[in-house]
Amino acid sequence: MKNDYILEIEDLTVKYITEDSIVSAVNNMSLKLERGNTLGFVGETGAGKTTTAKSIMRLLPEPPTKIESGKIIFNGENILEKSIKHMQSIRGNKISMIFQDPMTALNPVIPIIDQIAEVILLHQTKDRKAAYKRAEEMLEIVEIKKERGEEYPHQFSGGMKQRVVIAIALACTPDLLIADEPTTALDVTIQAQVLKLMHDIKESNNTSMIMITHDLGIVAEACDNVAVIYAGSIVEYGTKEDIFNSHAHPYTEGLFNCIPDLSKTESELIPIKGIMPDPSDLPTGCKFHPRCPYAVDRCSKEEPESKEISDGHMVKCFLEHRK
Amino acid sequence: MTQKLLEVNNLKKYFDTKRGKLHAVDDVSFYIYKGETLGVVGESGCGKSTTGRTVLRLIEPTEGEIFFDGIDINSLSQEVMRKKRKEMQIVFQDPYSSLDSRRTVYESIEEPLRVNKIFNNRTDLSNRVFELMNTVGLAERLVNSYPHELDGGRRQRVGIARALALNPSFIVLDEPVSALDVSIQAQILNLMERLQDNLNLTYMFISHNLSVVRHISDRVAVMYLGKIVELASYKNIFINPQHPYTKALLSAVPLPRIDLKLDRIILEGDVPSPINPVPRCRFYGRCPERKEVCKGDLPELREIEAEHFVACHLI
Amino acid sequence: MSAVNNTATTRVQYKKRSQTKEIWRRFRKNKSSIIGMIIIAILIICAIFAENIAPYDPVKQDYAHTLEHPSKEHIFGTDEFGRDIFSRIIFGARTSLSVGLISVSISCIVGGVIGAISGYFGGRIDTFIMRCMDVFLAIPSILFNISIIAALGPGIVNMMIAVGVSNIPRYCRIMRASVLQIKNQEFIEAAKAGGALDFFIITFHVVPNSLAPIIVQATLNVGSAIIACAGLSFIGVGISPPTPEWGAMLSNGRDLLRNYSYITAFPGLAIMITVLSLNLMGDGLRDAFDPKLKR
Repeated sequence: MKNDYILEIEDLTVKYITEDSIVSAVNNMSLKLERGNTLGFVGETGAGKTTTAKSIMRLLPEPPTKIESGKIIFNGENILEKSIKHMQSIRGNKISMIFQDPMTALNPVIPIIDQIAEVILLHQTKDRKAAYKRAEEMLEIVEIKKERGEEYPHQFSGGMKQRVVIAIALACTPDLLIADEPTTALDVTIQAQVLKLMHDIKESNNTSMIMITHDLGIVAEACDNVAVIYAGSIVEYGTKEDIFNSHAHPYTEGLFNCIPDLSKTESELIPIKGIMPDPSDLPTGCKFHPRCPYAVDRCSKEEPESKEISDGHMVKCFLEHRK
Repeated sequence: MTQKLLEVNNLKKYFDTKRGKLHAVDDVSFYIYKGETLGVVGESGCGKSTTGRTVLRLIEPTEGEIFFDGIDINSLSQEVMRKKRKEMQIVFQDPYSSLDSRRTVYESIEEPLRVNKIFNNRTDLSNRVFELMNTVGLAERLVNSYPHELDGGRRQRVGIARALALNPSFIVLDEPVSALDVSIQAQILNLMERLQDNLNLTYMFISHNLSVVRHISDRVAVMYLGKIVELASYKNIFINPQHPYTKALLSAVPLPRIDLKLDRIILEGDVPSPINPVPRCRFYGRCPERKEVCKGDLPELREIEAEHFVACHLI
Repeated sequence: MSAVNNTATTRVQYKKRSQTKEIWRRFRKNKSSIIGMIIIAILIICAIFAENIAPYDPVKQDYAHTLEHPSKEHIFGTDEFGRDIFSRIIFGARTSLSVGLISVSISCIVGGVIGAISGYFGGRIDTFIMRCMDVFLAIPSILFNISIIAALGPGIVNMMIAVGVSNIPRYCRIMRASVLQIKNQEFIEAAKAGGALDFFIITFHVVPNSLAPIIVQATLNVGSAIIACAGLSFIGVGISPPTPEWGAMLSNGRDLLRNYSYITAFPGLAIMITVLSLNLMGDGLRDAFDPKLKR
């Protein structure tokens, strides 16, 4: 399994260029995802999680977006060099995406079975019968009775709709599934169902997955590796154990300190001071230094390199406070 | 902690829909002691927000008594209620739609003071606005900003300042941190705790996020389909839950820890429709522990030990 | 409250910025709206000082110079009665602009208020108002106008009222739709919780947030109001013939369109320029009223 990467991102920089500002959404991001693994993208609103995911899908409108530099290597090929036509054959087929809001992801006037069959017809087969048979199978996989296939999205609850979205995303057995906050719009008991379902399907198909979330609980549950993203860069990257048991970056530490923990009786919340920096006017040096409790002079002047502190555990910090 | 500030008895709110009566809040009774925080948890559609708004009579209740400071506010006229509301305020979930995008921070905070004619000169009024901004930790330079120029946390601070403007003693917090990022969420939670201590406030904290509720509440009510299924001190709810729904809800929360592996109770199906519900335990259809007896009548909310109420036939 | 009171003494006083100044500041940044506003201003000045600007008497017939093409003497030419078209347009601005602006203001204000009430209170009031509006809409507008004028008597003021009233349902519907959207927002509930009365909520929250589509509709509507007045004048219930008016000039020149197209072209241009500049100005105003759309 060593070196079998489904996805490698090298030095990706994405900017939104508008009339009066340039927003740096993703800054020199690099990461690798092993086949069959789940990588969690953790970060707050505006950190660049969704932008990264959408650049992998090449779903960003250009302009105003501009992929300034970098490579996205999927299955050994740089997809940033592919034509739109080629990308259309990859999207929904080899790479699929699940969006946050299941309410708007489905077309309200088409029965759900047709919406599932549509992707299959587009990518896999021209045989309508086979496509509909596969669509029915998919419904069963996501635990919806196939008789309900003729119904319209509004006849389903939020959790059921998200199952349909998952069925569409997985209909062509993609190699990579990108889930953008797939359970944020759902209730906890429904979230538990959907997470379990996604886990089971992933296991049986050996799909690789990127799970975008702001909930460390979901990361603990569903991911193998974790990338903590702040202001468009990965500030810490490692296995789940590295991040939960021996995190080193002050931002990661801050994230853990500021969430109330259901399993602890008394806990005081230590918020991270300040607010997310404006991505069109990022601070110099380390992007986190204005909010960092350990910041020293050097942090505002130079940008730290990502360094490996133990096998595969990367931290983008000078770690002066640990010396 | 012994005086009840708010006491709600048999509160009902039904909405007429095309398909029948929607039982949003169905015979709910609870009380809140002075100075404490009652957390109300439940999934979407369980009636927790409607309960919060009905208690303030922002939505008129269908039936029931609401005693605030010993007065049944449900019997007050609209005009008297409008004056009474100075003592009872609300902070909303969405800091984006709860502020008028065309009004500056100053105008938003000033509004309740102006419409209630609290001050008769401008200096006092603006002093009070700045004082409120300081109280909630908003920099004075933001006074002329419009909501879209602020981040979610600051907007929520404006919402809190507006609620505090009339010196209320009771505030309904309707999912006040759900729309915020975790790092900002902690700032706002800490702020609200500080305000509670300093200003001697009583909170009704509505949220779907159990971790947050556990953090801030003294007592917790768990709601399911318009009913309170369990009501107890936060310790009892989180350490010794009795109702099967409370247990399932607690076990469904993904914990940000990898050293704990819990047995998760995964509930089947979805929350059923609150329209014309069958008069039996609302949780019957999804309950993993259901028995023959549960097919019968609605279970009453009973006190099984001091200050621990459960509505379940099996306990 | 003791913990927070002591900070009140040493405070920098912030001046509340005036709302009108703010709107003007934002409006100023929009170049095309400024151009629109300047053109409208010029037209209004022309209308006011028509006597000083127009080279000829607009109603004086001169049979020696009928149907002359544009020349040095008559820069826009003359019509079939030898009247100077340029002068008629200048004087016509008076009637046409006032007819257009006033009738639109009538429908805008009355329709807006009714729509706001209907949308905000809902229920029976809403059903009643909207059914009434449906009835109004069902009557063809020209018939509606004629009946109003028949009831009130002919004349320019009554014509403005007629055109204004016949457009009320349109504004009423637009206003109602945007009010319905606004009134469910949480800030309306917050205002109620703060003790605000309905009147305050409607004037300070609902109306300012619902104005945008009304402004756009109103600016687009001025042109059609001018044309509607021309139609009424044509059938003899509006402005009586010698009085110059753009719409009437447009319809009079219709028969001569083939050989003397300038007779219709210039009043047509005048209407077009008016509508276009009003529209540019309206867009700018709409944006200026919305602090979110800063440039």
